[in-house]
Amino acid sequence: MIAIEQGAQQVAQGYAVHQIYQIYRILPEVVLTITGVLIMLIEPLLPSRASRKPLGGLAIVGTLAALIASLWQMSLPAGTAYHGEVRTDAFSVFFHVLILGIVLVTLLTAVDVFLPETENTAEFYALVVFGAVGMCLMTSAVELLLVFISLEISSISTYILAGFRRHTGKSTEAALKYFLLGSFATAFFLFGIALLFGSTGTTTFAGIAAGLPGTATPAFAVIAVAMILVGLGFKVSAAPFHVWTPDVYEGAPSPVVGLMSTAPKAAAFAVLLRIAFEVCPSLHVRWMPLIWLLAAISMTVGNLGALRQQNVKRMLAYSSIAHAGYLLVAFTALSREGIAAAIFYTAAYAVTNVGIFAVVSHYGGYEEKLLSIADYRGMARHFPVLGGALAFFLLSLIGIPFTAGFFGKFYVFSASLSAGVLWLSILGLVNSGIASFYYLRLVTAVYSQPASEAPAVRRPGWALQLALLLTVTATLVLGIFPGRTLAMARAGAATYAPSSAITGSLKAAGGVSGAPLPVTPLHAAGQ
Amino acid sequence: MTVPLAYYLVLSAVLFSIGVAAFLIRRNIITVFLAIELMLNAVNLAFVTFAHQWRIVNGQIFVFFVMVVAAAEAAVGLAIIITIFRARNTLNIDQVDLMKL
Repeated sequence: MIAIEQGAQQVAQGYAVHQIYQIYRILPEVVLTITGVLIMLIEPLLPSRASRKPLGGLAIVGTLAALIASLWQMSLPAGTAYHGEVRTDAFSVFFHVLILGIVLVTLLTAVDVFLPETENTAEFYALVVFGAVGMCLMTSAVELLLVFISLEISSISTYILAGFRRHTGKSTEAALKYFLLGSFATAFFLFGIALLFGSTGTTTFAGIAAGLPGTATPAFAVIAVAMILVGLGFKVSAAPFHVWTPDVYEGAPSPVVGLMSTAPKAAAFAVLLRIAFEVCPSLHVRWMPLIWLLAAISMTVGNLGALRQQNVKRMLAYSSIAHAGYLLVAFTALSREGIAAAIFYTAAYAVTNVGIFAVVSHYGGYEEKLLSIADYRGMARHFPVLGGALAFFLLSLIGIPFTAGFFGKFYVFSASLSAGVLWLSILGLVNSGIASFYYLRLVTAVYSQPASEAPAVRRPGWALQLALLLTVTATLVLGIFPGRTLAMARAGAATYAPSSAITGSLKAAGGVSGAPLPVTPLHAAGQ
Repeated sequence: MTVPLAYYLVLSAVLFSIGVAAFLIRRNIITVFLAIELMLNAVNLAFVTFAHQWRIVNGQIFVFFVMVVAAAEAAVGLAIIITIFRARNTLNIDQVDLMKL
């Protein structure tokens, strides 16, 4: 009797599962792919002299449709599709919305910046959209093969985008450095995947998480986690894997920098969170010291490096290294709160930084002329809206209240303090103090007396005004009403971090007593 | 006589290390790019070995995808190298230094 009831239940469940077509789980990616292919197909049909702006509009409409599709995914019950390759849940939807929002602002900025005579703009829009497919897939992938492929889809698109101004020496050099070091890091990431596969015999996240504690070759697993940290550390430009960042950010076109300093990083952090807390929570004693090290070095190197920069894009590159460090501090909390803080910080940093680069892109123009801090003197006098927006975003990066950056830092440091990692929190706060120096230097330049006549900068068009409106609103909303976004971040963290499991293993390691986790020497891994 | 699986893993690690060393030491951009390909193929060897050890075909399928991605990367990478050569007339990585570190 019971068996029959169970059977009936299974049939009912099976029926319910089949009602959700698998393709619904990757609907945003499908919409983006169709958009990109359409752009590539329409482009050759247009007369060669015709403006490519309508194709930019098509990309924007496609991204908006994908955004709506991922919001609609929230109405689906959380679950996997395609033999456990992708999973849609609160976590994936949060990052989808964030990444698609960034892509939207990037496209708006690009439509504003590109000149009528700029070559290959249609390819630019298509590549941004294709890259977005990879970044979105990274956040919903729960299988290492898909993680690898989506990482490459996003990386290869950004390699090309970095060299978009291909007749200039700097842009091609940026593309070369990004490509060589990016592929180098990918090889490390891939070796890590191979070793995880070797130690557990599976590539699904759930299978590895189940197999790791009892693996016959724990040494492989430890090396695997270290190599995956190297690969992802490069993608999020955490020191000491940051050397490419200043050069690539300086050489690549500004709208592209706005994209690649935020969206692929958010996606890589999503993968890192899932690998750390869903795949390898049993190894946290091993990866935690590495994360401490990465966080401490990134904050210090980033902020000290930024102090001596005169080029605004280089300064922002070092600032992005430092922010990767702050974000890694949240990992040390080893709790759902810490994960939620990391997710929130990703969003807070991304909306602010993409806004900054919208301003920098417009001010420098397609030729990227006005880039040194001296060029920004008196910007607010000549262009009050641009200057005001730039100052506002910089204040958010410092972490002034009523901006997104404040709550981002607040949640990160309160999470790490509650975990008892005092020295890292203090180092982070000292670093925030150092950081305010170079951010304020740019703010004072923007608001100081102009040295000369107004530079030849166009009035912002509708696209840039819309991009600024979106980013300023998002930064303000995250800074004044963070509760809703934090609740969504918590829901995202809850999808794969059952708090009892983590705190349970934390207690076993003695971390709850307030002392930092014990640093076990690596050779003990073989036991 | 069969070769123990550990030998394949050692070979894979050695190939990977040669790739890393060549990436760091060599100055010609094409050679540096070849070093990356060597690293990817070392990973492929590890995947095949583990697939054989676990008697699971997943690892071998992974290799096909790595090869596809490596081909895509080669297409993009060589295109970037060509633009560098056109812009700078050199393939020496030390002379591609418009931006100071």
